[in-house]
Amino acid sequence: MPDSKETLLEVNNIEVIYNHVILVLKGVSLNVPKGGITALLGGNGAGKTTTLKAISNLLHSERGEVTKGSVIYRGEPVHHLSPEALVKKGVVQVMEGRHCFEHLTIEENLLTGAYTRRDGGAAVAADLEMVYTYFPRLKERRKSQAGYTSGGEQQMCAIGRALMSRPETILLDEPSMGLAPQLVEEIFTIVKNLNENEGVSFLLAEQNTNVALRFAHQGYILESGRVVMEGPAAELRENPDVKEFYLGMSDEGRKSFRDVRSYRRRKRWLA
Amino acid sequence: MSADFLYGIEVVLNGLMAGVLYALVALGFVLIFKASGIFNFAQGVMALFAALTLVGIMEGQVPFAHLINAVFGTNIHHFGWQVPAILAIFLTVLVMIAFAWAVQHFVFRHLVGQEPIILFMATIGLAYFLEGVGDLMWGSSIRTLALGLPQGGSLWVEEMTNGLGGDDFYGFFIDKLDMVATLVALVLVAGLVAFAQYTKQGRAMRAVADDHQAALSVGISLSYIWVLVWSLAGIVALVAGVMWGAKSGVQFSLSLIALKALPVLMLGGFTSIPGAIVGGMIIGVGEKLFEYTIGAPYLGGATENWFAYMLALVFLVFRPQGLFGERIIERV
Repeated sequence: MPDSKETLLEVNNIEVIYNHVILVLKGVSLNVPKGGITALLGGNGAGKTTTLKAISNLLHSERGEVTKGSVIYRGEPVHHLSPEALVKKGVVQVMEGRHCFEHLTIEENLLTGAYTRRDGGAAVAADLEMVYTYFPRLKERRKSQAGYTSGGEQQMCAIGRALMSRPETILLDEPSMGLAPQLVEEIFTIVKNLNENEGVSFLLAEQNTNVALRFAHQGYILESGRVVMEGPAAELRENPDVKEFYLGMSDEGRKSFRDVRSYRRRKRWLA
Repeated sequence: MSADFLYGIEVVLNGLMAGVLYALVALGFVLIFKASGIFNFAQGVMALFAALTLVGIMEGQVPFAHLINAVFGTNIHHFGWQVPAILAIFLTVLVMIAFAWAVQHFVFRHLVGQEPIILFMATIGLAYFLEGVGDLMWGSSIRTLALGLPQGGSLWVEEMTNGLGGDDFYGFFIDKLDMVATLVALVLVAGLVAFAQYTKQGRAMRAVADDHQAALSVGISLSYIWVLVWSLAGIVALVAGVMWGAKSGVQFSLSLIALKALPVLMLGGFTSIPGAIVGGMIIGVGEKLFEYTIGAPYLGGATENWFAYMLALVFLVFRPQGLFGERIIERV
């Protein structure tokens, strides 16, 4: 657990509406402490990605908007800022599904991450080396077009690209998506190293509750656009409901989806 | 070498250089399409507008003179000065950049994330709007472009090659303006490719072309990049307008060259800068050669009007992404 309790990012009761009609987030609040890894958990359509995009202000181009609540970064409201202004403030998002620039080489991809920086080529080159030490595989593939690299390499490229902006906080959306368990482990280990060695704070949206809770310090669980549970990762891991609904375990061991009682209890919990 | 063969070569050379002029127009399309997915129907009108502006500035014409006179009851037409070509070109570039900014600020900023067909419709509207503005600003008479570009056949080339194929061959006839256009186009393309490949803004431009959302997420401002590509397209339009304008006068029909660029794009691919050039050359050579070998002797001539479109059609069937279009990356 990080010692400092300083809050970097504060999301207060935000509501997000797409296309003026579809209410996706119904009042989500969360805190991201400095130097920690915070996990945002939940199933498909729970609102994890929307929450991250509401913070990074990438909603606008998808016809979504934050209609209520506020997003505070270092004590300053940021929900009216453009994505590039936010990147300059040190908050960068790694989008779900990697989103590398397919026709650019890996190295060019990484360099685009430094687009907002004004501290000169030498500093950027040094950070490129830093990224290569964390992701040696990217160095091997640095002349390949990103579109032709593997899913794991693309995920590394996306994280590396975000690192190139020298961020204070990375919003990491679903890094495990479509990757083999071994690779998921590798990526999360690198995230942990980055957190510990480079002091980058993470807000991590993840469906893979098991892995996420092992690496995160605290977590929030989202269901249908609401936070239904929050707490330190260790506590969440031991919570019987989390165990049953997200980790697929219960007191009686593994359970089947056909279990009617469990379904009813979950319904009640959501109401 | 027989004279016939040499005349064939002459046809090819002339085709190549005509092709470069098509390519100049196609290049503007490619820039905007690649970076924003917008098929800019207004590219031809932009070339007309740029050429009109250049002529107007050089002649010291008062922009919107008619409007000003109508509103204020004045009778002004000219400032009474002549602006040197270099300065006029610089000012025209500034006008094209201002136009790029206005297009982004007043139109496309509000259409982010819309369907391509809606963006396309917007560019059609833009084309007719710009045509009107061009008329209002500079009048609608046919103008001549007095940039001092060389005109007519090159005597030097003719003399150098005279007699190569015996007494029947009188040397290559090559238009000097075409030679200048080719040179300018090559420099322009080399410059654009180098810009896209090796500069930070160029890299950002390619990044935006690949993935808008991801570009936003790393802090690239889409508006800025779009103003940049529209400005570049405006500059390319200026060059195309100057070359075509010098050839056939600055007049309304200049805006129709946009239609000539379409088959070039089908051939070269909508997303490739070198493709636009090579596509233009293939079309240029193809139509001249077809006319020379088959069209004129057997089909009664005038095949140049449709040959390019037929060729494009064939290409669409067999290679829809064009010769150099970005390959759609599919990992297996």
